[in-house]
Amino acid sequence: MPTKTIKVDYLARVEGEGALDLHIEGGEVTAANLRIFEPPRFFEAFLQGRGYTELPDIVARICGICPVAYQMSAVQAAEDAFGVTVDGQLRALRRMLYCGEWIESHGLHVVMLHAPDFLGYPDAIRMAEKHGDAVRKGLALKKAGNSLMALLGGREIHPVNLRPGGFYRVPSKKELAPISDDLKRARDLAVELVHWVASFPFPDFEQDYEFVALRHPDEYPITGGRIVSSCDIDIAIAEFENEFEERHVPHSTALHAMVKRRGAYLVGPLARYALNYDRLPQSIRSLASESGLGPVCTNPFRSIVVRALEIAFACEEALRLIANYEQPDQPAIALEPREGTGFGCTEAPRGICWHRYDFEADGTIRTARIVPPTSQNQPRIEQDLAAVAAPLAAETDEIIRNRCEQSIRNYDPCISCSAHFLDLSVHRS
Amino acid sequence: MSQRPRLAVWKFASCDGCQLSLLDCEDELLTLAGAIEIANFPEASSAVADGPYDLSLVEGSITTPHDAERILEVRAQSKYLVTIGACATSGGIQALRNFADVKDFVAAVYASPEYIDTLDTSTPISGHVAVDYELHGCPINKAQLLEVISAFLAGRKPAVPAHSVCIECKQRGNVCVMVQGKPCLGPVTHAGCGAICPAYRRGCYGCFGPMETPNMAALSREWRALGAQPRDIKRALRTFNTWSEPFRRESEAHAD
Repeated sequence: MPTKTIKVDYLARVEGEGALDLHIEGGEVTAANLRIFEPPRFFEAFLQGRGYTELPDIVARICGICPVAYQMSAVQAAEDAFGVTVDGQLRALRRMLYCGEWIESHGLHVVMLHAPDFLGYPDAIRMAEKHGDAVRKGLALKKAGNSLMALLGGREIHPVNLRPGGFYRVPSKKELAPISDDLKRARDLAVELVHWVASFPFPDFEQDYEFVALRHPDEYPITGGRIVSSCDIDIAIAEFENEFEERHVPHSTALHAMVKRRGAYLVGPLARYALNYDRLPQSIRSLASESGLGPVCTNPFRSIVVRALEIAFACEEALRLIANYEQPDQPAIALEPREGTGFGCTEAPRGICWHRYDFEADGTIRTARIVPPTSQNQPRIEQDLAAVAAPLAAETDEIIRNRCEQSIRNYDPCISCSAHFLDLSVHRS
Repeated sequence: MSQRPRLAVWKFASCDGCQLSLLDCEDELLTLAGAIEIANFPEASSAVADGPYDLSLVEGSITTPHDAERILEVRAQSKYLVTIGACATSGGIQALRNFADVKDFVAAVYASPEYIDTLDTSTPISGHVAVDYELHGCPINKAQLLEVISAFLAGRKPAVPAHSVCIECKQRGNVCVMVQGKPCLGPVTHAGCGAICPAYRRGCYGCFGPMETPNMAALSREWRALGAQPRDIKRALRTFNTWSEPFRRESEAHAD
């Protein structure tokens, strides 16, 4: 059998720039490298010497698709370092804002980027020629998420309202009323979306993953909890570096994260769902069951169903929070900077987003470390690719390339995290 | 159908937020796709058609030797080239490297600096090729993006105001935050966001970059009078539009 190389030089429908090299020798896949050539922007370097109040505005710019994830992990880290806890209605408002980002980001991925793979279209616009109703409803759903973010954050991309200690301005109960109607409609659209994506054809492809996600005593995790895994990890956020490490590999400007004792792991919707199924409301568990999902899903192609379920959850959760909302007296609690280290970790749409900052006494940042979800998933994506390509090794490059690209999009990889993505090359010899 | 103008969207060093603004036009996207052929937009479509293109939207700044070559290719294939956002228009937050030694930046982030191929500077698109129109903002305002595309389709000049954020505060009915004692970059910042920050009771942080002919020295005096330290002024000017001439020069007048 010949050795050959298959290349995808610029991966489409992902956020950021990446490529893939696949090496096939004698009918076996010998290497699958996800090459991330997103130009590095060095956030952790230029954060040094900046003030803690600037943190949420600066880290938002790591990602235009999930700015709230970066902002939220960062403000939590500052609050942790300075010894304050934001709770009550301020915490509820933060969770509400984050629900908006889940709806917007998952909506974009499910309808615009991922669904066309299953129905055989290059994009949602061409898909709309036959599936116009589904695309229009998906856009309406995404818009509801954006409207929630714009109301609570000032705008949907790079919101301006979050700060260490709370917000700059909090809404009145009355201001939230109109968005409630939007979210009720969105919730119904999300249920339809779950049924639509659950009807797609899925390949048989089960993988043995180590899932990693946050776990909270009584919530489906978004803004906090402990870091747990489907093996034996159960640690506080501050202990992340004891269990996980990042390695720098030549083919990627994204660092590769590993469980030190074992290797690749998976973060994101499949992990969150498997580790927190019991924290979902009964309505969402019933919807999961109607769409053919048990409490654990190990087929990454079905992640589109889990994402749609999480949209439905986020709509319901935001509605619940709005129903219980009372305007807080102050938009933020008082904060006094002090020397120390703080940790923050929240569930970005694509998985846990972990931050650590060392602060000087006046709140100036001495060092910063940011571990985005896609860099954590990258080694595991490479393992999926090798497994997906292996039975196809004798097929044409075109077939291999399409299936590999789809496998990568299963992860909704977001490569623009500066830090961090894809192009496919198949090398056969 | 083949008579529709052909659109391409390009990405350089950026967060993807400005091209996302196009996908965030939920109510207009399908109509837009009827008026213009989306010929090359990898973030949205795996069908990529070859150039030339009638309209290119360029996001991101130039930070690698490869991208410095690629932008020449983009220009050669584009009849009308519009930069979208602070990165493409002024170099973005990653232009903070321009004030430092990039080797220190690489070493601070990567264990094996030899794997990283990067330029010493982050520079706007206009530093490399001729640009036909620049749209400001970090991120851009999607209504302004639609205006730029509509104007292009109609063959007219985009109606994008060049005044400061102060005018937008008046239009929105915001109480001036400077009058309330909060330092604000609104008086020197290009309009376009709709004065969001003052509406959320904080000072503008300049994400749309400098307006035409801003009075930077007068603004710094006001900030000092409100108790801001030189370091505060310097930090405020060194963010998303730090490499734009007025912000850069004024930031150099203040100590760390």
